[in-house]
Amino acid sequence: MNMLPLLITFVLAGLVCALMLSLSRLFGPRRPTPVKSEPFECGMDQMEQPRRQFSVKFSVVAMLFIVFDIEVAFLYPWAVMFRRLDVAGFLAVLVFLGLLTVAFVYAWRRGALEWN
Amino acid sequence: MAIPAPPLSEVLALWPEILLSVAACALLIFDLLTSRERKAAIGWWCFGVLVLTLVGTFLHPPQAGSILSGMFLADGYAAFFKVLFLIAAALTVLISLRYLDDEGIQRGEYYALLLFATVGMMFLAGGGDFISIYLGLELMSLSTYVLVGFIRRDDASTEGAVKYFLMGAFTSGILLYGLALLYGLTGSTNLAAVAQSLAGLSPDNPALVLATILVVVGFGFKIAAVPFHMWVPDTYEGAPTSITAFMSSAVKAAALAGLARVFIVALFPSAEIWEVLWWILAALSMILGNVVAIAQTSLKRMLAYSSISHAGYALIGVVAATQAREVGLTGALFYMFVYLFATMGTFGMVILLTHQGFRSDKIADFAGLSRSAPLAAFIYIIFFLSLAGIPPTAGFVGKLVVFRAAIEAGYIVLAVIGVATSAIAAYYYFMVIKTMFMEEAVVQPQLSSSRPLAIGLGIMVIATVLLGLFPAVVLDAVTESVKLLQ
Repeated sequence: MNMLPLLITFVLAGLVCALMLSLSRLFGPRRPTPVKSEPFECGMDQMEQPRRQFSVKFSVVAMLFIVFDIEVAFLYPWAVMFRRLDVAGFLAVLVFLGLLTVAFVYAWRRGALEWN
Repeated sequence: MAIPAPPLSEVLALWPEILLSVAACALLIFDLLTSRERKAAIGWWCFGVLVLTLVGTFLHPPQAGSILSGMFLADGYAAFFKVLFLIAAALTVLISLRYLDDEGIQRGEYYALLLFATVGMMFLAGGGDFISIYLGLELMSLSTYVLVGFIRRDDASTEGAVKYFLMGAFTSGILLYGLALLYGLTGSTNLAAVAQSLAGLSPDNPALVLATILVVVGFGFKIAAVPFHMWVPDTYEGAPTSITAFMSSAVKAAALAGLARVFIVALFPSAEIWEVLWWILAALSMILGNVVAIAQTSLKRMLAYSSISHAGYALIGVVAATQAREVGLTGALFYMFVYLFATMGTFGMVILLTHQGFRSDKIADFAGLSRSAPLAAFIYIIFFLSLAGIPPTAGFVGKLVVFRAAIEAGYIVLAVIGVATSAIAAYYYFMVIKTMFMEEAVVQPQLSSSRPLAIGLGIMVIATVLLGLFPAVVLDAVTESVKLLQ
C-alpha cells in the first residue's frame, strides 16, 4: 500500500491539532472582557451589526464584472495561440466578442450600469 | 504550425442552432428599440424564426453524423428532437402572445430567453460529448429559471423560480460530479469513447456504481421523476402558464433526449447498474404522480403531478431499451411527441380562461363550462382523453407503444404498473370533466379572445386526433431516427 504514508500523515496531523487545542483549553486561563469578546479585538470600534440587507445593485454589478472578467480571461489563451489558430481562431473569437457585445449593449441600455 | 480549422460543412450542420442564437441576440437588441405598445411584434418575429427553422430542419435534417471532433452528433435522433423542440417553442409563442399582455409581462426578453432555451435543448439532444450535453442542459435550465420567475410582482412566480433554481443548481452539481467520476474512470468525455472504456470495466467497480447513481440523480431531477420531483408542483403552479406548458413538454423531452443518449450510448456497458434504478424511478413516478394528483384542487397543480407520472411512462421506454433498444427508444420518443400536444393543450386551455387580472386555475372554476363554452369543454375532453390514454386520441397509441416495448423487453411488472396507474389517472381527468358538465357554474367563465391562442389550440387538437387515428406516419419516422442513434 503506497498510500499508507499519506494516511499516517493525515492521522498524525489530526492528532497534533486535537492535542494542541485540548491542551490550551485545559490549561489556558479564560478571563473574558467586553473588548476581548468582540469579533475583531484590534482595529476600529464596531459601528453597527454586519448583518443587513444589501441593495440588489451590488449583485448586478458583481455579475456583470464576472461576465466581462471571464471574457478577458478567455482572450489570454487565444493570444498565446494566435498564430497557430490562424483565421478560424480569429473568427471564432470575433463571434465570442460579438455575443458579449450584444450582452454589453443590452445591459447598458437597460440601465444596469447606472447607479442611482 | 497552424491548427486546422473545423470544416465549414460541419459548422454549417449546426445551422438551426446558429440561426436561433443569432435571432435571439437580434431580438434582445430589437427589444431595446421598440416602444412598449409594439412588444407583441417581437413575439411574431420569434414565431417566424421558429417556424422557418422548423420547416428547414424538417425538410433537410442535418445528417452529417459525428461533427466537430465528436462534440455534436447530427443524426436522426437529434433531428427528431429538434423538430419536437421547435414545434413546442412555436406553440408556446402562439399561446403566450395575448397571455403576456393579460399578465402585464409583455417583454422582449421573454421571447429571447425562449429561443435560448430552445438552442440549449438542441445542443442537449445533439450532444456527443459530456461537455456539450452539460452546456446544453445548463443553457436550457438557466433560461427556464428566469422564465419561471417572469411575473416579478407575483410571489408564487418568484417562489417557484427560486425553488427551481436552488434545486436545479444543486442537482447540476451532482450530475457534474458523476460525469467527472466517469471521466476519471475512462479518460474521456466522448460518449462513444466512454462506452468503449466502460466495456472493459467490471460493473462491481464501486466508482462506476457511484458515478452511475449520481448521473441518474442528476437526470432524474431534470425529467422530474419521483423522488426528485419536490420542486415540480410549486414551480409549475407559480410559473406563467405558458412557461408551464413549455416546461412540461419541451424541457421534459429535452431531459429525456439527453438522458437516453447518455445512458443508452455511453453507459450501456453498465446497464446492469442503472436499469434497476430507472425501473424504480419509473414505477414510483407513475404511482405517486397519479395518486397525489387526485387530491389537487388547482388544475395547474393537478397537471404538474400528472406530468410527473408521464415522465414515468416515458422512462418505461428507456428501461425497455436495455433489452430491446429500438422498440424501447421508439416508445419513449413517440410518447414524448404525443404527450407534447396534450399537455400543452391543457395548459393552453387554462390560459384561455385567464384574462385581465383574473386567473382561473381552480378546478371548481370550470363548473358549468359545458353550457357557457361548449366548444372549449369539448376540446378539454379531447386533451384529457389523450392524457389518460383512451382511443381514438394520440395518448392511447403512445401508451400502447410504450407498454408493448416493456412487454417485448420482458418488463411485465412495469407494464402492469403502467396500466393500473393509467386507470387511476383516468379517474381524476374524468373528475374535471364531470365538474365541467354536471355542476352548476359558480363564476361565469369568461374566455380570452386571442386569435393566436385559438390557432395554437386548434393545431394541438388536430394533432392529438390525427396522431391517434394515423400514428404510423410519425411512428415510422421515430423508428427510423432511433436506428441512426450512434
